[in-house]
Amino acid sequence: MKIMVPVKRVLDYNVKPRVKADGSGVDLANAKMSLNPFDEIAVEEAVRLKEQGIASEVLVVSVGQAKAQDVLRTALAMGADRAILVQCDTEVEPLAIAKILQVIADDEAPGLILLGKQAIDDDSNQVGQMLAALLGRPQGTFASKLVVEGDHVLVTREVDGGLETLRLSLPAIVTTDLRLNEPRYASLPGIMKAKSKPLATKTPADYGVDVTPRLTTLKVSEPAVRGAGIRVADVAGLVVKLRELGVA
Amino acid sequence: MAQILVWADHDGAVLKDATRNAVTAAAQLGAVHVLVAGSGVAGVAQAAAMISGVAKVLVADDAAYAHGLAENVAPLILGLMADHDAFVAPATTTGKNIAPRVAALLDVAQISEILSVEGPKRFTRPIYAGNAIATVESSDAKLVITVRGTAFAKAGDAGSAQIETIGTTGDRGQSSFIGAEVATSERPELTSARVVVSGGRALKDAPTFEQVLFPLADRLGAAVGASRAAVDAGYAPNDCQVGQTGKIVAPEVYIAVGISGAIQHLAGMKDSKIIVAINKDEEAPIFQIADIALVADLFEAVPALTASL
Ligand SMILES: Cc1cc2nc3c(=O)[nH]c(=O)nc-3n(C[C@H](O)[C@H](O)[C@H](O)COP(=O)(O)OP(=O)(O)OC[C@H]3O[C@@H](n4cnc5c(N)ncnc54)[C@H](O)[C@@H]3O)c2cc1C
Ligand SMILES: Nc1ncnc2c1ncn2[C@@H]1O[C@H](COP(=O)(O)O)[C@@H](O)[C@H]1O
Repeated sequence: MKIMVPVKRVLDYNVKPRVKADGSGVDLANAKMSLNPFDEIAVEEAVRLKEQGIASEVLVVSVGQAKAQDVLRTALAMGADRAILVQCDTEVEPLAIAKILQVIADDEAPGLILLGKQAIDDDSNQVGQMLAALLGRPQGTFASKLVVEGDHVLVTREVDGGLETLRLSLPAIVTTDLRLNEPRYASLPGIMKAKSKPLATKTPADYGVDVTPRLTTLKVSEPAVRGAGIRVADVAGLVVKLRELGVA
Repeated sequence: MAQILVWADHDGAVLKDATRNAVTAAAQLGAVHVLVAGSGVAGVAQAAAMISGVAKVLVADDAAYAHGLAENVAPLILGLMADHDAFVAPATTTGKNIAPRVAALLDVAQISEILSVEGPKRFTRPIYAGNAIATVESSDAKLVITVRGTAFAKAGDAGSAQIETIGTTGDRGQSSFIGAEVATSERPELTSARVVVSGGRALKDAPTFEQVLFPLADRLGAAVGASRAAVDAGYAPNDCQVGQTGKIVAPEVYIAVGISGAIQHLAGMKDSKIIVAINKDEEAPIFQIADIALVADLFEAVPALTASL
């Protein structure tokens, strides 16, 4: 079984995002960029399934600027076998990403597609579900456990009330939550090997997908800032304050 | 007038409060029809019919909808969208699971976790863990939206909508529900509690987390939350995680205990009315947004606080 893992290059989670003064977006110039953390978890899971002999090949795909090569190389260094970069210099919305991934999935026929539950820049939480819809396949979102058994997969999902387990027939789409695994660091030999692994470059047009945005971003602004608070000296001071607030 | 289809979030028996916030948002767009899909959901439908501002409740009662399986529910909604201009779901795990599937079937963009309605097709939504707010406008013929509950008031209970039973689209046979581990607690539900007591990595382990925080939470009638670090380390279950990728809360009082205040955590609680932080590190970033700050060792401060309340 082949596993496909779509990955996105995003602002590193440790960097505090800065809104541009002209309100046109978030300033990414010279900022540290990384593999979206949820996608790192997806790559890790795919590589583990390969190590267990359940998967035969791990294909990683990214839609984005030429620099998205970096995150594909990271995924290859973690153990993925092959990469496709769908190069596009403008921002592509989740629906168009899902359409591109649909065409690639039709070509490659993966048994399992593992995505992150959300990209930590747009916080959309959409692509996996959209891809499942377009392919007409079942979806297991927000997975904290995944067990492949013959022609189906058991997915334990993190839901508002706790955990639930679904059984999905393969091929299926699964999106990762934080507790699925702890991703490995790429080893030095892994990084060396990644340099010679195949990375194909394509464009959305190669897949016949129109990436014209459906949404216009009119403005990006800073959220309201909270004013500075007060410091209480001790627990007694805190109790007084909580009483004033009517909490206690 | 535009017709808006709202997804009723429920567990088969009880209508979830997040539905009421979604109704408030949807009412700003047009006439609100609530879809109750499930198995044996007459009670839920009745509760939905009482929500203020709801014009009609559509009930699809079938075993195929029992666990909100997206594969079965999305075709049902797709059919209903022939007569509706927008599909609005609360941004719960169920809403987030279903709405994008519907959007793709309709070939429209989804607008996730809206914070406000600025016009018939114009909304604000948080990006980058709420560190930026985008104003977006859709050019699609139909809208698919999820609603951040904390940004909209809950609709009241003064309605009396008619209830209409609709046909089923059946079971697609691609997915099935195996089981659930549902967290049960006597405490209020995290996203609708008036007070939340949250613990972080500093709480050491699950028994310590419980011994230190539960008495305080019970004294205050509070819900218990946690940072990702506390959940990852197994001190608290996953449904307690507050943050960018967990639950979004905005209680009247949020008490952060032994939580550093990473942006991913702040994203889930910075709209709380009053933020109290107890941390032994006076440089902890949580203090930059706290209204009331106590620099102290939590293992002394929290028991003392509980005892004096
Ligand atoms: C993709 C991604 C998604 C994430 N999503 C979330 C999310 O949704 N929610 C979330 O919370 N995090 C999230 N995180 C994690 C986040 O970045 C932080 O790692 C996490 O919030 C830290 O948790 P913490 O504050 O409990 O732990 P730490 O950062 O380790 O802080 C512990 C704090 O306890 C204090 N302390 C220690 N001992 C004591 C004592 N005796 N008394 C008082 N204070 C003490 C320390 O001074 C410190 O400030 C996410 C990260 C990533 C990469
Ligand atoms: N540009 C992209 N290229 C490849 N995969 C992507 C891209 N954007 C999003 N994804 C995948 O879809 C997931 C969810 O993203 P989103 O719906 O944007 O929050 C991510 O975790 C990735 O696995």
